[in-house]
Amino acid sequence: MTGVTKSLTGAVRGAVGVRRGASRPRGGSRTSNTAPRPTGGAVGTPWLYLAPALVVLGGLLVYPVYQLGLISFLEYTQAQVSGGEPTTFQGLGNYAELFGDGEFWRVLLATVVFAAACVVSTLAVGCALAVLLTRVRAVPRLALMLAALGAWATPAVTGSTVWLLLFDPDFGPVNRMLGLGDHSWTYGRLSAFALVLLEVVWCSFPFVMVTVYAGIRAVPAEVLEAAALDGASQWRIWRSVLAPMLRPILVVVTIQSVIWDFKVFTQIYVMTNGGGIAGQNLVLNVYAYQKAFASSEYSLGSAIGVVMLLILLAVTLVYLRLLRRQGEEL
Amino acid sequence: MNLVRARVRRPWRLAAEASALLIAVVVAFPLYWMVLSAFKPAGEIESTAPRPWTLEPSLDSFRRVFGQQEFGRYFLNSLLVAGTVVVASALIAFLAATAVTRFRFRFRTTLLIMFLVAQMVPVEALTIPLFFLMRDFGQLNTLGSLILPHIAFSLPFAIWMLRGFVKAVPEALEEAAYIDGASRARFLWQILFPLVFPGLVATSVFSFISTWNDFLFAKSFIISDTSQSTLPMALLVFYKPDDPDWGGVMAASTVMTIPVLVFFVLVQRRLVSGLGGAVKD
Repeated sequence: MTGVTKSLTGAVRGAVGVRRGASRPRGGSRTSNTAPRPTGGAVGTPWLYLAPALVVLGGLLVYPVYQLGLISFLEYTQAQVSGGEPTTFQGLGNYAELFGDGEFWRVLLATVVFAAACVVSTLAVGCALAVLLTRVRAVPRLALMLAALGAWATPAVTGSTVWLLLFDPDFGPVNRMLGLGDHSWTYGRLSAFALVLLEVVWCSFPFVMVTVYAGIRAVPAEVLEAAALDGASQWRIWRSVLAPMLRPILVVVTIQSVIWDFKVFTQIYVMTNGGGIAGQNLVLNVYAYQKAFASSEYSLGSAIGVVMLLILLAVTLVYLRLLRRQGEEL
Repeated sequence: MNLVRARVRRPWRLAAEASALLIAVVVAFPLYWMVLSAFKPAGEIESTAPRPWTLEPSLDSFRRVFGQQEFGRYFLNSLLVAGTVVVASALIAFLAATAVTRFRFRFRTTLLIMFLVAQMVPVEALTIPLFFLMRDFGQLNTLGSLILPHIAFSLPFAIWMLRGFVKAVPEALEEAAYIDGASRARFLWQILFPLVFPGLVATSVFSFISTWNDFLFAKSFIISDTSQSTLPMALLVFYKPDDPDWGGVMAASTVMTIPVLVFFVLVQRRLVSGLGGAVKD
């Protein structure tokens, strides 16, 4: 257990420290690690090392992104894909159609609210349990860590089916324990979203918990002792000492959670059977999939994909700004 | 830390420990229920009075899972895809992380930011263009159509994570190696690689999980040749929304979850004997 924790601390610290460095381009102080190689001269060597990564990323990430944008401007349906009809340029036609469709806005709103609820719940549970871990002795800590690792390791598909069984109206233990009879959780829009949210939080809080716990353990004991000797309350220590020191880690887990929860696919698809009754539980990702592969409207699906890409790009820019600001402060 | 902990009064600590244990039970409960349901005999799982134990554990559900269709084959397919992705992305990311960490060159910072941005790209949004790309290269219905995109999507995160580990290897070690007459390749594979290996293992947790769990690509790219299916698709054969075979679903889920748990345990053992001891003088 400590192994995982330790490695994550290392990784998180490494990532944070390194990102800080990266955001301060050439002007910043050079660390000895990045000094020129003693052998010198080999200008091409880094590019040689980078070549495999760049080829793979270029072919399977950059080019598809370009294609995605291209398809979103074309008329691209079953007729063009297998019927041999020529593709025609639509300009912003697909986007006009998409933005004119009330369902798109409903799905977009649902996606944002759902992702926000997931992120807030995951972070709250993860941080609270990380603090709890620092307050207990080895046995309860190990028990909680093991349970969390189990939830973490569970694949999304199996997690989704297990939670469906737990909340099954006929055979599930939850309704029985709560005395709800044969209440169906997937029938109502909100309760279906709530059920998916529970599953998402269950499988994603362990990452937050372990990372934040590792971060707390990495705070030097002297700092906390000094604060305690000065008579700071537990809450005060958390607010004024731990929280600022943990900020880089909190930024990382928040952004990761935003990215993961914004594009939840498997849980929604499996738990609400492809988007719920009459599409009431659609999120952008599933919506794009249904448009493209169920109704063969590839160009509309691509336009939705572009919208997702742009939203996450905006999140990334916020992230970069935050990192940059931290780099200047610390 | 100790001092702070000592200040927490005894009843509070007991309350904290009790709630930690309770939460552990709640968190572990779905997994317990999964395994339990997999072992319940058919009549018991479809009972309106579910009991949290079973007096007659049976292997029927597992028999059904392994008997129906080519489940073993799907298992091997999943293992092959995840294994290839883990090894390939680890090697490629190691080279790239070395390049951006231990060399200074033009566009280095630009590249780094591009890797960061690439990490944010919603993989799922690219399903449509990747589908056409795979079709054009005749890769639909092959395991390659799952392996290649997953390598690409694991790379940016792996490179970011590995940078910390590569950076942690002291400069002096590299200079010493060159002074002793080691070539660049020799340093890379015989000195740097073993030292960074624990970091590679840590990053491979993420690429393994995302590949093993992949559902969308398997669903979109393996459309007609079911012999190339992977586990998530095989599992859903048992899950029909109107009339799910819960025993089969839970048995298949158990089989699918075990390798990930094993991987976690293996990785954890690997990490204990990790970087810390190896790099310190």
